[in-house]
Amino acid sequence: MGILIDSKTRAIVQGITGKQGSYHTKLMLDYGAKILAGVSPGKGGMTIDGLPVFDTVKETLDSYSPNASIIFVPANFAQDAVLEAIENKIKTIVVITEHIPIRDSINVIANAAQAQVSVIGPNTPGIITPGECKLGIMPTSIFTPGNVGLVSRSGTLAYEVAAGLRAKGLGESTCVGVGGDPVVGLNFIEALELFKDDAKTKAVVLIGEIGGNMEELTAQYIVQERYAKPVVAMLPVALLHLANGWVMQEQ
Amino acid sequence: MISLYLIENEAKQLLLRYGIPIPKGILISNYKETLPGLSNLKPPYIVKAQIPAGGRGKTGGIISAMSPHEAQEAVTQLMGTQIMNFPVKQVLIEEKLPVKKELYLGFTVDRFNRSYVALTSKMGGMEIEDVAEKTPQAVVRTTVDPQLGIRSFHALSIAKQLGYRGGQLVELSIIIQKLYQAFAENDAEMIEINPLIETDSGSFVAADAKIVIDDNALFRHPEYKAKETQMLSVQEALALKNNLAYVKLDGDIGVVGNGAGLVMATVDLLNFFGGKPADFLDIGGGASADVIKVALKIVLDNPSVKSVLVNVLGGITRCDEVARGIIDAIKEAKEKKPLAVRLVGTNEKEGKRILIDAGISVLDSMEEAAKQAVAFAVGEKP
Repeated sequence: MGILIDSKTRAIVQGITGKQGSYHTKLMLDYGAKILAGVSPGKGGMTIDGLPVFDTVKETLDSYSPNASIIFVPANFAQDAVLEAIENKIKTIVVITEHIPIRDSINVIANAAQAQVSVIGPNTPGIITPGECKLGIMPTSIFTPGNVGLVSRSGTLAYEVAAGLRAKGLGESTCVGVGGDPVVGLNFIEALELFKDDAKTKAVVLIGEIGGNMEELTAQYIVQERYAKPVVAMLPVALLHLANGWVMQEQ
Repeated sequence: MISLYLIENEAKQLLLRYGIPIPKGILISNYKETLPGLSNLKPPYIVKAQIPAGGRGKTGGIISAMSPHEAQEAVTQLMGTQIMNFPVKQVLIEEKLPVKKELYLGFTVDRFNRSYVALTSKMGGMEIEDVAEKTPQAVVRTTVDPQLGIRSFHALSIAKQLGYRGGQLVELSIIIQKLYQAFAENDAEMIEINPLIETDSGSFVAADAKIVIDDNALFRHPEYKAKETQMLSVQEALALKNNLAYVKLDGDIGVVGNGAGLVMATVDLLNFFGGKPADFLDIGGGASADVIKVALKIVLDNPSVKSVLVNVLGGITRCDEVARGIIDAIKEAKEKKPLAVRLVGTNEKEGKRILIDAGISVLDSMEEAAKQAVAFAVGEKP
């Protein structure tokens, strides 16, 4: 159980031949994630960590029926990589790539909504359902199977909280990094909806950031919906708000 | 993280290329110029310092001039001075428009709807944030369908909300569509005409404009590439070149960490323990020893810095790389400054070993490290 990914998730890696892609593919395999194949244009026929590499996502469908993809493709090409996953109806698409232009993110997220698939990120450390599956770049040693749903805009702060939970003998049902960009796919409210229906999750920790109004709208949602599980939120606001020279683009 | 502003004249020239009317004017870049183009402009004039900041009017950056002589005086007065900490290198002289009404037109990113939003108001001429705060009903928000963009019928609806009809309605709607086109094609995060003036004769002219470009989209816009560094200090430019997010603050404890959220929490924690951060420096994910060395150098070179707090929780970032970077930076540092280091995560053992061998103690909790950095800053010896 947990949300988005579990032991049955069948994943491919887009951008598997790159430095980050190949490095993290190995770590995800070591964790026991069912990574079945990789995609890298022009590298079809290669093998990476025992996995077959294809030129396109389409070629992986017949033999592997993937339902998730994790994307490490560089920012200039990332838009097409995500659209390719969407067109091939991959259900859960985790976009690790950072520095994707906002226009590209908005475009792929609109396409994903139409195709009814989920985009997580961009600029996310990914998702981990401890003990079952990891589609991400987070250090695994701090995550423990447990009952806390963890959803965060910040990668390292999620690690900090996971390490804290572990020290108290707790663990996570699933930890989702929604991504640090101004525009991301899955948001806090959608993550809360998923955790609501997950039997394993008993409480949720939200880690917000400054910029935008997602935290305020999520608080409204929790109150209005009388959200069924306890939610604890952390929001480092920093005196940075007041500091010289710091301009956050508020929306 | 670095916002790329086009200043007024650049923004207006861009709008003009998209067919949006702007006032007749001349740009003065040379202090000694005798303003040759001025004879082509009809007085009265408005003389405006070209700096990348709003609120110039309140700080003396905009001067009205009734005659060519007064315009010349205004240029002399503005050129070479500092306004809102920006040196004035260019001044724009424009014909003053006969104003009937001032409107606001803009597009920006709508984070929550994961799209764009058109912002319009009949109360132009003021900062839109102030209008939204004091009279929220005066700002009309129209969410844009990103797959459709702004079509003629969308633009007509927006123009209608501003209270126009007939020929003016169509004229205004065309400006709205062109403004969206300029916004989209240039990968802007924000574009605004403020004010858009309705003149006595009923036509519309963009009296002031601001555009912010998404710096992540520069690979599609080489024309803006050079702008990226021109407004930055040496340290900021060095940080940008190495993909470091750096903001200088005014305290005495240097802060280096990985991930914006963690660095913010670190800054909060320092503040909690009574320390004053000298900067915000996020090394990002997966930084190499070389990049970490540059990060430390930027922080150590700041003369206000008395101690440095390094807070790394390695995921994609490897602790051994961080440790090597720290050692390299210390070796080359001009001045010895005490370091409080919290280092856990990927390759933690190796990282700690490298630092301990070099005589630097390492802590496991960020609370302890923050306390130590504060103690070092007030003179306690490591």
